[in-house]
Amino acid sequence: MSEHKQPDLARRELLGRGAAMAAAGVTLAPGVMLYGVAQAKPADEPVSSKVRWGMLVDTTKCNSGCNACVEACDKEHGLGNEQHSRDGQRTQYIRKVELRHKFTGATHSLPVMCQHCETPPCVDVCPTGASFKRADGIVLVDRHICIGCRYCMMACPYKARSFVHEALTDQRPHTPRGKGCVESCTMCVHRVDEGREPACVEACAADGSRAIIFGDLNDPNSEIAQRVKTYASSEIRADLGLNTGVRYQGI
Amino acid sequence: MKKTQFMEIGGGKGFYGLLALLGAVIVAGLGAFFYMEHTGHWVTGMDNQIVWGAPHVFAIFLIVAASGALNVASIGTVFGKKMYQPLARMSALLAIALLIGGLTVLVLDLGRPDRLIVAMTHYNFKSIFAWNIILYNGFLALVAVYIWTMLDPTVKKFYKMAGFAAFVWRLILTTGTGSIFGWLVARQAYDAAIFAPMFIVMSFSFGLAIFLLVTMATYNWTNRPLGDAVIRRLKNLLGVFVAGVLFFVAVYHLSNLYATEHHGVQAFILRDGGVFTQAFWFGQILLGSLLPLALLYHPATGGSRFWIGIASALIIVGGFAQLFVILIGGQAYPLVMFPGYEVASSFHDGVINSYSPSLPELVLGFSGIGVAMAMMVVGMKVLRLAPASLADEVADPHHK
Repeated sequence: MSEHKQPDLARRELLGRGAAMAAAGVTLAPGVMLYGVAQAKPADEPVSSKVRWGMLVDTTKCNSGCNACVEACDKEHGLGNEQHSRDGQRTQYIRKVELRHKFTGATHSLPVMCQHCETPPCVDVCPTGASFKRADGIVLVDRHICIGCRYCMMACPYKARSFVHEALTDQRPHTPRGKGCVESCTMCVHRVDEGREPACVEACAADGSRAIIFGDLNDPNSEIAQRVKTYASSEIRADLGLNTGVRYQGI
Repeated sequence: MKKTQFMEIGGGKGFYGLLALLGAVIVAGLGAFFYMEHTGHWVTGMDNQIVWGAPHVFAIFLIVAASGALNVASIGTVFGKKMYQPLARMSALLAIALLIGGLTVLVLDLGRPDRLIVAMTHYNFKSIFAWNIILYNGFLALVAVYIWTMLDPTVKKFYKMAGFAAFVWRLILTTGTGSIFGWLVARQAYDAAIFAPMFIVMSFSFGLAIFLLVTMATYNWTNRPLGDAVIRRLKNLLGVFVAGVLFFVAVYHLSNLYATEHHGVQAFILRDGGVFTQAFWFGQILLGSLLPLALLYHPATGGSRFWIGIASALIIVGGFAQLFVILIGGQAYPLVMFPGYEVASSFHDGVINSYSPSLPELVLGFSGIGVAMAMMVVGMKVLRLAPASLADEVADPHHK
């Protein structure tokens, strides 16, 4: 049985207090913090499990009808360029889901994408190891060894994966999509490795909603770690115990 | 009981005609494969909701039936039943043929079939799929050795051992096939340990039904004697297997009906699912189980080869219906991510998904049957696998 690795905040706080003061969170006024953005690691440095990239979606700030994150993702990764595929065959890395509670009538609007599980079912079932998780928690598909068996699509509890149904052209260099392989949200790993935020997070902020925040769940001084520590958040299908990197507030 | 003589079959016009027909089916399947592989899967009925379509129904049916087809041989070798021993060679060849037919379809429906070598060289040992690749290859090798021990007197001393190993291996193999679904925690219709034993009993039933039909056809077309004793023994066993499958299906549905969280998917399959509900009640239960049971055991039909043949064919049809319901029906029901909520999105969340198989998918699926039967026909032609006679005085140890 694998034990979930939760950030050891107390120890980290002690060790990193000095550094944190300099780099991460600085209190400007009571209740107003200035947070440092994610720092890029040098390109020759391996990805470290000291980092656990994650996202927190505040559904109370996510507007029904707003599609900014989806549009930004499509643009970033060059999605939506299928010529022949039917609606149900086109790739989506992120989609907006509208919820209405059957009994209470409560409504929510929220984005759903790969939840970047700590123990991803897609990685478990992949026969070749093409589905894999980086040390920093980002779940990816190695498109060189994906055989297109689609077992990961059967196994994903979040319906996060798409199969490329046709030959594509003009792919983005950082998203080498190809016919016959499975793909999903990369948490914009190419941006993250450069110290930038994923496209959906950036678009949501630019739109003024700031419903999605991104950061290192292992860094006790990051905004995301502070938020999940302070406020109740949840995972979709928490019953599966997958310890997702994407968490939600307000549902 | 006399010593069994084995003889190659075929050579006549009918033999080559059958081979040509099967060859045409295989060529059509190859054409369908090249078309889908070249254009991409957008020409198929599959999409991001129903990711495994008709080819998987055919492939998994054949793979499940393959391990079951070996049962006749195992009963003779492992359990020492004399009447089954003359049938062991045909049974083992049928097992190999069906497995290769099923695997052919499975591989040719991959998104990247050109990367088959990757599947053989990169293993993720936590994946039951990866284990299955090893189990399938091991099964083919073991059963080939098993046939060798039956054909070559110089290695006869390994016959028992090979037969026992193949029997144990086939049980593990079908456990692996059932666990493809049993271990899927994400979906409502799967995630149940009962899939492994249910698939084993399904394999007994489908494999024996195919074996009965192949045996009756072979002996009819080659004008070799086939006594009632063999047929009677096999058809009685087949009925037990069909009842066994019904038992597992009943336990699976009753267990799920007891848990409120599964009411949605159960109502979908059993009551509201349209084509899936019809396939379940009419295809799987009525035509594929109850009617064959009646035909096999009713005094008016149970002694008739014609009706035993019809019952076997119906069991095969019911098997396809069952896998259609499990595979496609299980995917058609939406993932439950937000219990208690109505869900809508641009990505088909919260809706019942539909699937219509395309012609190339069906042609590819049928070509798997073509591959299996062609291997069977050629195998019995080049090797001494089929007994020259299965008349009662030859095959029945109790014949007086």
